Amino acid sequence: MARFESLLDACGGTPLVGLPRLSPVVPEGAPPVRLWAKLEDRNPTGSIKDRAALYMVRDAEESGHLRPGDTILEPTSGNTGIALAMVAKLRGYRLVCVMPENVSAERTQMLRMYGAEIIFSPAAGGSNQAVATAKQIAAEHPDWKMLFQYGNPANARAHFETTGPELLHDLPTITHFVAGLGTTGTLMGTGRFLREKVDGIQIIAAEPRYGELVYGLRNIDEGYVPELYDASVLTRRFSVGTRDAVLRTRQLVEVEGIFAGFSSGAILHAALAVAHEAVKAGRRADVAFVIADGGWKYLSTGAYGGTLNDAEEALEGQLWA
Amino acid sequence: MAIEVRVPTILRNYTGGSKIVEGAGDSLSALIDDLDTKHKGIKGRLITPEGGLHRFVNIYVNDEDVRFLGALDAKLNDGDSITILPAVAGGALGFAAAAALLGR
Repeated sequence: MARFESLLDACGGTPLVGLPRLSPVVPEGAPPVRLWAKLEDRNPTGSIKDRAALYMVRDAEESGHLRPGDTILEPTSGNTGIALAMVAKLRGYRLVCVMPENVSAERTQMLRMYGAEIIFSPAAGGSNQAVATAKQIAAEHPDWKMLFQYGNPANARAHFETTGPELLHDLPTITHFVAGLGTTGTLMGTGRFLREKVDGIQIIAAEPRYGELVYGLRNIDEGYVPELYDASVLTRRFSVGTRDAVLRTRQLVEVEGIFAGFSSGAILHAALAVAHEAVKAGRRADVAFVIADGGWKYLSTGAYGGTLNDAEEALEGQLWA
Repeated sequence: MAIEVRVPTILRNYTGGSKIVEGAGDSLSALIDDLDTKHKGIKGRLITPEGGLHRFVNIYVNDEDVRFLGALDAKLNDGDSITILPAVAGGALGFAAAAALLGR
């Protein structure tokens, strides 16, 4: 165990735990195929986003972009907001989050508890409404500072300098790294580090596939690819639907005792796919994947109980990752 | 040879409102050509005038991104399932809001 000067110093250094029950069974004499979960819910505010939030704020302080007492404006659907709210509180900033109103109640309660202010963009208005809301706020407050996690190199650097080295230290035999694709910071940073250090490593993205409501863009040209994204860092990219994500999230807690959010279930789904391919090919594999956060913030969705159909319905139209 | 194609809401004006259509082809480009004969104009929404996949379109073969499987040259087999999605990834609305803030 360790002691730290402050909560901010306790960010990262999360445990990597084996999943002996969920790892696929290999034929006798065949090389082992093992799954390992990096428990990012053990970070100060309970998600992997603490790493990025801390790095982005520190970077902005060092460059002079942020000054004491500044207001930070960040569009976020949850975990980054919660992480930023904690960092902002401890470092002396005010945080305003713009978020769609179809995120879970726990997230907004946590944000407010940490002292953040929330501006909702109506879910019913779709992305066009969110765009309008954000544009309006930015125009009204030109002095507010955006850290912009989707394009901020400090987001990816947090993982290049911390998540990647931690994984290599704890699992020198790593063959695959699987994480969720949102801002792409985790995969870009960790992926670049591991590619430099481990020959033949596979970097696998698991992308949440939401219900149709979420994709209600008016036009293909209104799509968005985060500035941080560099496809050459990835080996493969899987799209995981709500049903598979829920199924795997339940397996995590039922089989291995890991109570995680739904994005982690989606990541496990992709990790299992590559693990089973390795078994089929008779290859050794140490597949490390990310538990992005715990399940606490999603209990109110009701998707941890009942049938899979019920759960799928409960998450329809929700940003569950 | 039948391949099931899932069409996102924003492209269903080309498929008469159908969410799932069938197509044929041994590669993704052949499949898209086939779709365009039945659903005139859909190709132009998926492929740029330069002949590449549209930047904001993601296409998945059995849940795997075709950009990592050879893109338009990706080989297809009977019974494959294709999903077309707009590029929004995690936190769709956050992305859109962020893009707007940056003036894109």
